[in-house]
Amino acid sequence: MDIAELQAYGYFALTVILVVFLYTYIYHLYTKRKDADGHDYEDYGNIALKDDIGDAPVSPMSDDKEK
Amino acid sequence: MENRPLEYDYTVTKMFMLTTIILGIVGMLIGVVLAFQMAYPELNLVLGEGLAEYTNFSRLRPLHTDAVIFGFTLSGIFSTWYYVGQRVLKVSMAESGFLMFIGKLHFWLYLVGVAAVVVSLFLGITTSKEYAEFEWPIDIAIVVVWVLFGISIFGLIGIRREKSLYISIWYYIATFLGIAMLYLFNNMEIPTILGESAAGESGIGAWYHSVSMYAGTNDAMVQWWYGHNAVAFGFTVPIVAMIYYFLPKESGQAIYSYKLSLLSFWGLMFVYLWAGGHHLLYSTVPDWVQTMGSIFSVILILPSWGSAINMLLTMKGEWQQVAASPLIKFMILASTFYMFSTLEGPIQAIKSVNAIAHFTDWIVGHVHDGTLGWVGFMIMAALFHMAPRVFKREIYSKSLMATQFWIQTLGIVLYFTSMWIAGITQGMMWRAHDEFGNLAYSFIDTVTILHPYYTIRGVGGLLYLVGFLMFSYNIYKTMSARPVEESELQSASPMGA
Repeated sequence: MDIAELQAYGYFALTVILVVFLYTYIYHLYTKRKDADGHDYEDYGNIALKDDIGDAPVSPMSDDKEK
Repeated sequence: MENRPLEYDYTVTKMFMLTTIILGIVGMLIGVVLAFQMAYPELNLVLGEGLAEYTNFSRLRPLHTDAVIFGFTLSGIFSTWYYVGQRVLKVSMAESGFLMFIGKLHFWLYLVGVAAVVVSLFLGITTSKEYAEFEWPIDIAIVVVWVLFGISIFGLIGIRREKSLYISIWYYIATFLGIAMLYLFNNMEIPTILGESAAGESGIGAWYHSVSMYAGTNDAMVQWWYGHNAVAFGFTVPIVAMIYYFLPKESGQAIYSYKLSLLSFWGLMFVYLWAGGHHLLYSTVPDWVQTMGSIFSVILILPSWGSAINMLLTMKGEWQQVAASPLIKFMILASTFYMFSTLEGPIQAIKSVNAIAHFTDWIVGHVHDGTLGWVGFMIMAALFHMAPRVFKREIYSKSLMATQFWIQTLGIVLYFTSMWIAGITQGMMWRAHDEFGNLAYSFIDTVTILHPYYTIRGVGGLLYLVGFLMFSYNIYKTMSARPVEESELQSASPMGA
């Protein structure tokens, strides 16, 4: 097996792995619905709408410190 | 010192808004001149034989492409970054003297870079690599500008109050990383003065001249890996960043599906980088590179349409806003043109279609319905949305904005339809042959036939430029329009009659 053939198999394997990762991620998003912090992903859409400097953040940085 | 409540600081946003408009006018004006030179070649000598060197098509063409890509579009990206970045991270530039300094330095060095590019390209100093014409000293300056942009992005992220990064921020980060990687690798070059020829001569050429580190087929592959992904990370990713912020904000509707935005982001990142090979179909690159370019281009429809459908569905139940607001019209037409050009591109990348389309005006048409319809419309919409907020004044004229919308839409339609007809005509004529395999037409036959379509394209481009001048005037007048209260700025932008 020469280097070109190895590269071809490597490329194919990488593509398959990335496809598996992507579909696993999609499956994860739609079954869990919430991220590790317990926020529903759809809540993050409000970050754009409530973006005045005085508005409360959707997931404040200070959450970490309180825990 | 007076104790004032904290506010977002839009100083750098305003600076880049200015260059967006000025470089937009310059780039589009040159584009219109070029379009008419194609239809009426005597315009190459419009300022006389003596100045023909500076007015001919080949000297002006890189000025057009670089002014609209690295001038208009990049300024629009920077301008919106310094606006959107602060707002969705809920942190003001005024809170960090360091980031404020970096932001201003970013702008002024960018301006120096722009000046160097304009002067050198007018003088005909070029590496001759498409969309990468700048010689090595300018490349180094651009890298510095880009690093400053990166410090701004990650600096603001570092002091944020909002823990989660809004989807637009992901897209801005991808723009930064993508362009950094592409630009560095495609511009690997060696100053000729350091080299030695086979005959033993050294110190060849002017100090600023360089040759690419790649040669032949490798050069072509690196060049189109760069060229196509410049479209990805300059014309797609940052513009998606803009629409994901400005459309929800202007319409008051959250993104239809945040989860869909996340998975289309990763889908786009995964697929786009492999598609560049479609620029080299039927050329002397390995067959598998061509096939891969073709296949990945077709797959690219999925993440592109994932984003575009998400944008359109954001308006679900709120379509009356599209009729009522010219600003939302711009964004909805932009996402429609995004869908259109991300379907057209994959069709052109199919090998059998490409056999007709390659090297024809259909490609030029495709690029322009993406850039004029998607990139141009979205950047103008972003500036229209930002103007009342950064100047604290209502948009000067809603009717001027609506008129501009229709003039420019007509311009784009004339542009791409004429290029469709011209391109397919060209492709069919080039390959037509008689029963013995002799070509049926000579090149000049196609030129004669295409003349009317070139004129129509010129008119289409001119209409778009007229619209852009109306846009510039509207923004200029906005700076002295009626002042508005903070409460008027929640979602829909205030507009004068």
